[in-house]
Amino acid sequence: MKFIVSVLLIALLSLAVCLYLPWWTIAVVAFIVTSLIPQNPIRSFLAGFLALFLLWGTLAWTISSNNEHLLAKKVAMILKMGSPAILIVVTALIGALVAGLAALAGSYVRRK
Amino acid sequence: MRILPLFISTAITAGLVVTLNTTMLLPAPLGKLLSPQHGIWQNAESSQASFSEELKFPQLGGKVEVYLDDRLVPHVFAEKDSDLYFVQGFLHAKFRLWQMELQTHAAAGRASEIVGKIAFKHDREFRRLGMGFAAESSLKEMEADPQTKMTCDAYTAGVNAYIASLTASSLPLEYKLMGYKPEKWTNLKSALFLKNMSENLAGHDNDFEMTNAKNYFSKEDFSKLYPIRQDSLDPIIPKGTVYEKPSLALKIPIDVDSVYTNKTDLAVTTQEEKPEKNNGSNNWAVSGAKTNSGYPILCNDPHLGLNLPSLWYEMQLHSPRLNVYGATFPGAPAVIIGYNDSCSWGVTNGGRDVRDYYEIKFKDDSRREYWYDSAWRKTEFRYETILIKDSASYIDTVAYTVFGPVMYDPSFSGGRASNSRYFSVRWKAHDKSNELKTFILLNKAHNYQDYLSAISNMKTPGQNFVFASKTGDIAIRTQGEWPAKWNGQGDFIMPGTDSTYQWQGMIPFDETPFQFNPARNFVSSANQDPADSSYPYYLGRGYPLYRGIIINRRLQAMSNITPKDMMSLQTNNYNVFAEMATPLILSHINENGLTAVENKYLNLLKAWDFTNAPYSRGATVFEVVWSKFSQVVYDDDFKNAPAIILRPYDSNLLQGVLSDSAYQFLDNIETIQIETLAVDVTAAFKNSIEELEKVQMEGRLEWSKYKDTRVSHLTKLEPLSRLHLTIGGGTHSINATKANHGPSWRMIVSLTPKTEAYGVYPGGQNGNPGSRFYDNFIDHWASGSYYPLWMMAAGEEKDSRVQWKISFTN
Repeated sequence: MKFIVSVLLIALLSLAVCLYLPWWTIAVVAFIVTSLIPQNPIRSFLAGFLALFLLWGTLAWTISSNNEHLLAKKVAMILKMGSPAILIVVTALIGALVAGLAALAGSYVRRK
Repeated sequence: MRILPLFISTAITAGLVVTLNTTMLLPAPLGKLLSPQHGIWQNAESSQASFSEELKFPQLGGKVEVYLDDRLVPHVFAEKDSDLYFVQGFLHAKFRLWQMELQTHAAAGRASEIVGKIAFKHDREFRRLGMGFAAESSLKEMEADPQTKMTCDAYTAGVNAYIASLTASSLPLEYKLMGYKPEKWTNLKSALFLKNMSENLAGHDNDFEMTNAKNYFSKEDFSKLYPIRQDSLDPIIPKGTVYEKPSLALKIPIDVDSVYTNKTDLAVTTQEEKPEKNNGSNNWAVSGAKTNSGYPILCNDPHLGLNLPSLWYEMQLHSPRLNVYGATFPGAPAVIIGYNDSCSWGVTNGGRDVRDYYEIKFKDDSRREYWYDSAWRKTEFRYETILIKDSASYIDTVAYTVFGPVMYDPSFSGGRASNSRYFSVRWKAHDKSNELKTFILLNKAHNYQDYLSAISNMKTPGQNFVFASKTGDIAIRTQGEWPAKWNGQGDFIMPGTDSTYQWQGMIPFDETPFQFNPARNFVSSANQDPADSSYPYYLGRGYPLYRGIIINRRLQAMSNITPKDMMSLQTNNYNVFAEMATPLILSHINENGLTAVENKYLNLLKAWDFTNAPYSRGATVFEVVWSKFSQVVYDDDFKNAPAIILRPYDSNLLQGVLSDSAYQFLDNIETIQIETLAVDVTAAFKNSIEELEKVQMEGRLEWSKYKDTRVSHLTKLEPLSRLHLTIGGGTHSINATKANHGPSWRMIVSLTPKTEAYGVYPGGQNGNPGSRFYDNFIDHWASGSYYPLWMMAAGEEKDSRVQWKISFTN
């Protein structure tokens, strides 16, 4: 239960905060959430990772499919990533990794 | 709290964030770039995107409604003229901001700030040409005119209103990819944009190249290699026109033979970036006597570099005082080529040489004084600080003489001048002028008189302005403030030590060649010589000949013309140069002993209809054979020539052999025997086979594949460009589409009571590569199709073509 709540909170708060603040505030969000909802370090990491993987993956995929992947094709070529699908996965992984690590750090705040 | 793991994991997270937010370790700041709420994904415009908005700006004087049609062309309806230009600036920025800033940075010699060292040489070149100096003096003139000032102020405010609305998420894609932010727009930037057009259109010269050619060849050879005029010339103002005696009596310097014409000691050695020589265009207008409707039709297609985002942006501007439609320049207010409710106008480049060089004699290396009219004169200095991304900035101290900036000196040769001498550039674009006023007034012109007074403001770049009105008038004027030159003045580098070599004045407006309602019922221009040799001022050399010949031949023959006929004329691929040159090749080639492979290509050439159609193979054979022919004829003569030299134009060679089959350069001076036309043609043909076979193997024998037209993004990034377009034409065809250069806006306006107009450009209205409107016109353009241009009227707001509406209030 704690895990699902953490995932949802990290994802929703990241979405909200990023409307106004820079992208890396996802790390701050993940850190705060896992420091307030204590879980073991592995579960915390996974909560942050999964939250942003799903959030960024879904956002990128939705935006790109509404765009008929027009831009993703071009940017994927510029960044030498081959295809829109890879670009979307890379996007999701970047968010996931940053949030996961921040969530891991957060889990140590209240851990004895 | 577990301090150590907390510390370590926080540090790793921070390190990762910094890595993903910068280019310290990665080639791109991937986190910032790929964040779905900030990065490139935000530029992926939904195919269902709405452009409708309601905006409030206190700068506005009233209400403005913008109706965007299905091609994303804005139809701007304002109550006040100043609001019209505010919204024009806003829309230019909304759809094209990045290119506006890049182009004006490049014009100012500030490209290094964005792209780093790679642009350093370009920046120095432009600083030393005095682009900033020219734009500043132009701006003074522009701001001294209340109407122009109001227009520019409103435009600039509009651009800045958009820039102020930008967030990290809404920045154009290129800013994100290249990692920088837009700066504020200024009136100076619009002046710089227009100076950039001057550089493009009136910045071409061959003075160093011609000087070297003159020094290397004997006087006789030189005049045969580089004749001033060609017999086949069909000038803009027809042959036989009688000109008044010139009002300016030009004094040829007394020592012209010894220190200019016959001087040969100046050999310069080492190619700068030069404006494309073929920056040209076609325009014509026919009177009602030749049209089906009985009303004039005007056509224009300016040939420029083909880029994405396009140089052009289509708009309609409507206020109680004006209603105009056409192609605009993102970067400057007003419509540049278009039509209003009374008339239409278009331009081709005048192409005269208005950029000359003078060799300066400085007292010493400090460059503080130079010898002029038998005395030492003080130099002025302009300090050009070039900021370079990721490097230390560079201060270039540029000396200014009475002629202008010392562009080339020992510290900067531009890859074309000698490194031990000083050359000052006298460029017409340095003179005070307000070209923008031309377009502001043309937008409101009602008749021929209005057109004349509007274009009298056009000084540089001089343009052939074609005009047609609903009242039935047609006209053309080779407009510009042209230096009055004595024969040969400025073809070569001139001595800079006395005033006798200065330009002595400008050709008066009344002595500019023009035509108004001529008996032949049409006017036209295609960058050829404005007039024949009876025109009393020197016109220079090097004008393209052939498009003019075919346009005039066709227009002469046409009657009952419809806009559709004009479309097929404007996109015509007939190659009149090949029509003249191919028989020469075929009648002189020695067919004895040709191999089967050689015969295969000969038959392609024989069967060719002189049309550079996309699928034509004969066109490719001709192109290759002709270029080999030019090499066979001239390579021996130029073998020991300086590297910076002008090779004779295609027209020089063709006219040379057409008028004299024993043209002296046919002989290879490195052999004992005398080579004839037949020998050279046959050798050229045989030399072509290797390349043709290679091209054939690669599947590129069809003309469009051989030519390989592309429309490149301004960064040259291929994923953002459109490559390998199927389109015919070429240098000498009316459809002058080359590899990355060609008809940048095709327009046809039939001046019937309800105007019927068509147009297309190779791009799209939205500069965002993530938009479906980024390049959606390109295939239409390549196929030779047009869009009907819609001059929206008040009351048509419910028309099905209106897709979105942006409302502006104050």
